[in-house]
Amino acid sequence: MTVPLSYYLVLSGIVFLTGVIGVLLRRNIIIILLSVELMLNATNINFVAFSQYLHNVAGQVFVFFALTVAAAEVAVGLAIIIALYRAKSTINIDEFQLLKW
Amino acid sequence: MEQVFFFYFACVIAAASVLVVAAHNPIYSALALLIMFFHVAGLFVTLHAEFLAAVQIIVYAGAILVLYLFVVMLLNLRHDDRYHRQWPMAAVVGVTLVIEAVILTAMKGWATPVVATGTETTVEGTTNAGTIGDVLYSTYLFPFEVASLILLVAMIGAIILAKKDLGEPTES
Repeated sequence: MTVPLSYYLVLSGIVFLTGVIGVLLRRNIIIILLSVELMLNATNINFVAFSQYLHNVAGQVFVFFALTVAAAEVAVGLAIIIALYRAKSTINIDEFQLLKW
Repeated sequence: MEQVFFFYFACVIAAASVLVVAAHNPIYSALALLIMFFHVAGLFVTLHAEFLAAVQIIVYAGAILVLYLFVVMLLNLRHDDRYHRQWPMAAVVGVTLVIEAVILTAMKGWATPVVATGTETTVEGTTNAGTIGDVLYSTYLFPFEVASLILLVAMIGAIILAKKDLGEPTES
């Protein structure tokens, strides 16, 4: 009595959708980065589920790389947040609209 | 039995991810994300990816989330308005994605896909970590080195970015 692959896809879709809505909806930059982490985790669930169902270990290797990129993204992103906070004393993204047309 | 475990992990993952987006306090968001990471690791164990489960806990819950909590507490945030003015756009994108997912699910049905077409099948008799190590150091050796380069660049970039003020010229 195993779990069909579709269930994993639906779960990953729900988590990814939550992440997208979080990125679009929240104003706090830290929450936006957390939502990006949610999306990365949704793709990781997909990769591992396919890796299991196709009996191919390449999916797990890709999760490994995604994890590396996530770590790099967090390090640089948080450094940027700290620099922004030093410059403007806020991390509300409504304040950072220099590039907005 | 597997389905019981799957539904437990799935429900907690979905609830925790909603909580990450919906929580007032960024610290609560980060802690909800911690719960989600642990349950994703549990899901990986049920998918026979034990190495990734361990790495998920060590890297995500151990390193990344601690970094987030450190920054949240360093910046000492006040509660501000939670949601953006662009929520109609978020609603449009969300509804579009939901409709797309429903249509795709209805078209393809709930069938499981056919068997393996991949080249690197899992080697029976070795552990999960051993299999991943074999593939990582043979087939994916070059991407592995590129990943280490990415980490080096991220480390240098983070140090440079966090060290100086934004307005300063960059000579040291």
